[in-house]
Amino acid sequence: MKLIKLLAGAAIAVGLATSATAQDKTKVGFVYVGPVGDGGWTYEHDQGRLAVVEEFSDQVETVFVENVAEGPDAERVITQMALDGADLIFTTSFGFMDPTINVAQKFPDVKFEHATGYKRAENVSTYSARFYEGRAVQGHIAGKMTESNIIGYIGSYPIPEVIRGINSAYLHAKKVNPDVEFKIVWVYTWFDPQKEADAAKTLIDQGADVVLQHTDSTAPQAAAQEAGGVITFGQASDMAQYAPMPRVSSIIDNWAPYYVDRTRAVIDGTWESVDTWDGIDTGMVEIGEITDAVPADVQEEALGMIEAMRAGEYHPFTGPINKQDGSVWLAEGEVADDGTLAGMNFYIDGLKGEIPQ
Amino acid sequence: MDLSAINPVLLIGAMIAAATPILLAATGELVAERAGVLNLGVEGMMIIGAVCGFIIAVNTGSPAFGFVAAAIGGAGLSLVFAFLTQATLANQVASGLGLTLFGLGLSALMGQTYVGIKPPSMGPGPFSALSDIPVFGRILFGHDALVYLGLLFVATVWATLKHTRAGLILRAVGENHDAAHALGYKVKRVRTLAILFGGACAGLGGAYISLIRVPQWTEGMTAGVGWIALALVVFASWKPWRVLLGAYLFGGITQLQLNLQGAGVAIPVEYLAMSPYVVTIVVLVFLSAEKSRAPGCLGRTFHASG
Repeated sequence: MKLIKLLAGAAIAVGLATSATAQDKTKVGFVYVGPVGDGGWTYEHDQGRLAVVEEFSDQVETVFVENVAEGPDAERVITQMALDGADLIFTTSFGFMDPTINVAQKFPDVKFEHATGYKRAENVSTYSARFYEGRAVQGHIAGKMTESNIIGYIGSYPIPEVIRGINSAYLHAKKVNPDVEFKIVWVYTWFDPQKEADAAKTLIDQGADVVLQHTDSTAPQAAAQEAGGVITFGQASDMAQYAPMPRVSSIIDNWAPYYVDRTRAVIDGTWESVDTWDGIDTGMVEIGEITDAVPADVQEEALGMIEAMRAGEYHPFTGPINKQDGSVWLAEGEVADDGTLAGMNFYIDGLKGEIPQ
Repeated sequence: MDLSAINPVLLIGAMIAAATPILLAATGELVAERAGVLNLGVEGMMIIGAVCGFIIAVNTGSPAFGFVAAAIGGAGLSLVFAFLTQATLANQVASGLGLTLFGLGLSALMGQTYVGIKPPSMGPGPFSALSDIPVFGRILFGHDALVYLGLLFVATVWATLKHTRAGLILRAVGENHDAAHALGYKVKRVRTLAILFGGACAGLGGAYISLIRVPQWTEGMTAGVGWIALALVVFASWKPWRVLLGAYLFGGITQLQLNLQGAGVAIPVEYLAMSPYVVTIVVLVFLSAEKSRAPGCLGRTFHASG
């Protein structure tokens, strides 16, 4: 992977050399945590990049570096992009947050966009999608369809985004199936097909007949398919190659409109630091086709739920909801505020185990 | 906490499968190192094996051809290493590291059009008829052919090194290449063959990941298994059975910690996640406390003029 980085660095350098003749082009950089071919998270970000290319063709030039480790290495990559003349840089993983802020301080004229984080600055925007809306739909389908009443959940890192997803899925599974139990395994990686496959197999061995994943590869889908009789959901991307079974639906992150908008803002000079958190209503979160492996009535309920969320009539976190320790979080009819959701660091009532600190 | 959710039979089965890629790669590396060659390119040879095996298995529809291709691919890449270190007398550490980087990049290039494709299934293992026997059937007979091949390799390597003339020559070359040369043994030929064997084994291990364990192709999917195999050879003090023990220990604890997490055991996840590495190292260090020594000429360049 180091070699790929070197090659990408070389490609950027070459790009710089040739862009002398095209100074008026807006240069947009993308920093990815996994490979473009992961079939999940990074794949969708790259689709967004391609949409930018399509929309502006000659006006923009895009560059990307894949497989960037979260942490200090990211800072080096982002700095290099800024030095190479990028006007706008999207950093597309939670762990790029501090590196992005650090580099942004050194390059006040470059605009930065960080996905899923919460730290902003004059020239740093944040954006994320309300994946938990999709998780609510998954929870509902999972709760209805599980026969063992055991739902496995592969967690990546114990950060608010992932915990929100677990809570949302559990809440809606429990609502339709009071006996449901969640088994959660943390793998401490966004992308490691072997670990993800192992985690999925372990959960299946322990009786789970639904496996939800918050990691980026399709390995859990393959494991579920091999085991048979287990259902899964595409994560971040449609993962349609595993439909109709095991993949019965999916959450698709559609970044393209946002990337096009923000690039246009830079070209027009109207870019401002903002915090965007969009869901099903704007199309940033899409729910992939629910396959016929799901009974018709459950399909209908799920579609109804999606429509209610699209219209703003239903919020997945609507009280009464208690925290895991039994204390009241949301009273009857109360809706969670974005601040609490953004920093969510607790399980809701009924989930077992502790969140790793 | 609900330990009853953990089925020991399934756990042991998963352990054996998880250990197999490490076992294959480590056995190959052990042979190379006993011949005095330190090849740090295991990770690179594994990933080349993974991608070659995947491509051929998908195109021919036969996993068996895939594994053959993986062995050839791994051995082919190791031939580059053999040329560098045996013919041009390049530094082994640098060449090995270069091999890993090269392998990762080349495999990403080769596999570009194979992302998202499902490989043909391996089908039931050779002894699957016996796997219905309660408890032991699943543990002993429920595996695919490669698992048994891995065990066979360990046994063969052990027997060859210990009891045959060929093994003696290989060890002599590794312990003191000048003495072996003086006795008329072809040091470079022996070492090249050992390197090729190591490459083929690593390739098989890689293909086991891409064709059986995951099964799919994604860039960088070996994710450090090659390095673990390398470390295992050292901690197993270059003894085949200890490599087997180490690989099973590592694979077993990796699976156990996932199972414990699933069962909701109240041990912090961070400790569980690091446990396979810590336990494997501690156990093997204790085992190797007595009279363990690296092959005398490990990593040293041989030139007949000396």
